[in-house]
Amino acid sequence: MSAEPLVQIRDLNFAYDNRAILSGINITIPRGKVVAIMGPSGCGKTTTLRLIGGQLRPTSGEVRVAGKAVHELDDAGLYHMRRRMGMLFQFGALFTDMSVYDNVAFQMREHTNLPEELIHDLVLMKLHAVGLRGAHRLMPAELSGGMARRVALARAIALDPMLIMYDEPFAGLDPISLSIVGELIRRLNDALGASSIVVTHDVQESLKIVDYVYFVSEGKIVAEGTAEEIRGSKAPYVHQFVWGEADGPVPFQYPARPYGDEMMEQPSKPKAWWA
Amino acid sequence: MMTPKILRALGHWVTDRIWRLGFAARFLLMTLVYSGTALRRLQLTIRETYFTGVLSLVIILVSGLFVGMVLGLQGYETLQRYGSSEALGVLVALSLVRELGPVVAALLFASRAGSAITAEIGLMKATEQLSAMEMMAVNPIARVVAPRFWAGVISMPLLAALFSAMGVFGGYLVGVQLIGVDEGAFWSQMQAAVDFRQDIVNGVIKSCVFGLIVSWIAVFEGYDADPTAEGVSRATTRTVVTSSLAILAADFVLTAFMFRG
Repeated sequence: MSAEPLVQIRDLNFAYDNRAILSGINITIPRGKVVAIMGPSGCGKTTTLRLIGGQLRPTSGEVRVAGKAVHELDDAGLYHMRRRMGMLFQFGALFTDMSVYDNVAFQMREHTNLPEELIHDLVLMKLHAVGLRGAHRLMPAELSGGMARRVALARAIALDPMLIMYDEPFAGLDPISLSIVGELIRRLNDALGASSIVVTHDVQESLKIVDYVYFVSEGKIVAEGTAEEIRGSKAPYVHQFVWGEADGPVPFQYPARPYGDEMMEQPSKPKAWWA
Repeated sequence: MMTPKILRALGHWVTDRIWRLGFAARFLLMTLVYSGTALRRLQLTIRETYFTGVLSLVIILVSGLFVGMVLGLQGYETLQRYGSSEALGVLVALSLVRELGPVVAALLFASRAGSAITAEIGLMKATEQLSAMEMMAVNPIARVVAPRFWAGVISMPLLAALFSAMGVFGGYLVGVQLIGVDEGAFWSQMQAAVDFRQDIVNGVIKSCVFGLIVSWIAVFEGYDADPTAEGVSRATTRTVVTSSLAILAADFVLTAFMFRG
């Protein structure tokens, strides 16, 4: 196995119009490791994933996956690279007009010439890995949130990717599903010899399974380290985030004008429906 | 000052519409470029043709029947004043084949199938299914948009033809069976007066153009919808309104070229 990291992000800046989302991001994802990118909602975690997947282009800096600068790839190159990536979206993003089976078989049918018999075996194998072989005939509408996430995970690993990206894999799950998904992320990563990036703000669950953590706040990396280092960190921001404290560098109040000034002014009229 | 504000808003509105039209034109070009998948993997297009075409049959056939029956009643009422009630078949057939068939079928198609296409693609976008497809290295324009676009283009002329046929049958039911117009005169005058090239082919051309317009608008609005419940609802409304206006405007232009005498 090459010692070169699978993903390297160097001096990455990204802005929507003039609004900076990410600035000066440096992240390294070694091969075979599970790396978490943590931070509060809206701090730019998902944007980072989209930049790695080539769905967005950086304003400056670069993202390299398997040695190739993603933003320099043409459409064909990008699609070729994505065949070796899997992505789990926040709520699964299963194709609602297809059964569980067809969802998992989708990429195999699109990108390979495998006979249906072999696809059948592979699909059941992937579903078995996430514990849902018995649900292969169900439609996405018949699945619970946790089951949908596991089917999406089976779909993400359909072509044995080198890189698996997880966008908030624990959001909205009950404790049992949460634990199952967490364990699956680790187990599938090790079994496939892949690398995984987990974007999440679920600290406790992710610290159980990841090798390394990057903390993002307001578009910048503010802390990084192994799970143990993060747990023991005295850095105010990390401490507040990991232990879920209301007081700390992240204020409880959204920035506002002085309370007294706002109380004294005339209330604004409700916005008309036609305005 | 109100005037500069209004002018600014108007200018912004116009520029925005021009940008959007340009974007829609590029989107159509991309759809045509990536149509290979839709045509190569025909089962995708056939499936969508079933959803857009076959499932629209009921509304098209029932509407066609009633429009033909109303034409029969109204036509007879007017023609019999001039003693030419035998020309009822001609009136019904020409009205349907030249105008009502393509136009009314297209309006119904926009409401029934166009809105469904927009809502489906819009919801796929809102639930990240299109993003997921992109990340699986599958182009959503080739896999989702192009088959629906071609299904609409193929379905529209067939539905318009069925609408006209059903309308003629409705006219026959009312004119011949109910009112008692001579059956032989009804059919023979129709046969003599309806010209294949001038009337039928032009009607088919119209419905093909309408099919292209409705399908283009429907897939574009779905793909461009804001990924929220409100965004999809607005896009669906825009599909019906824009398609209807575009159909009527295109009908005028096509009629002016086709039937200028």
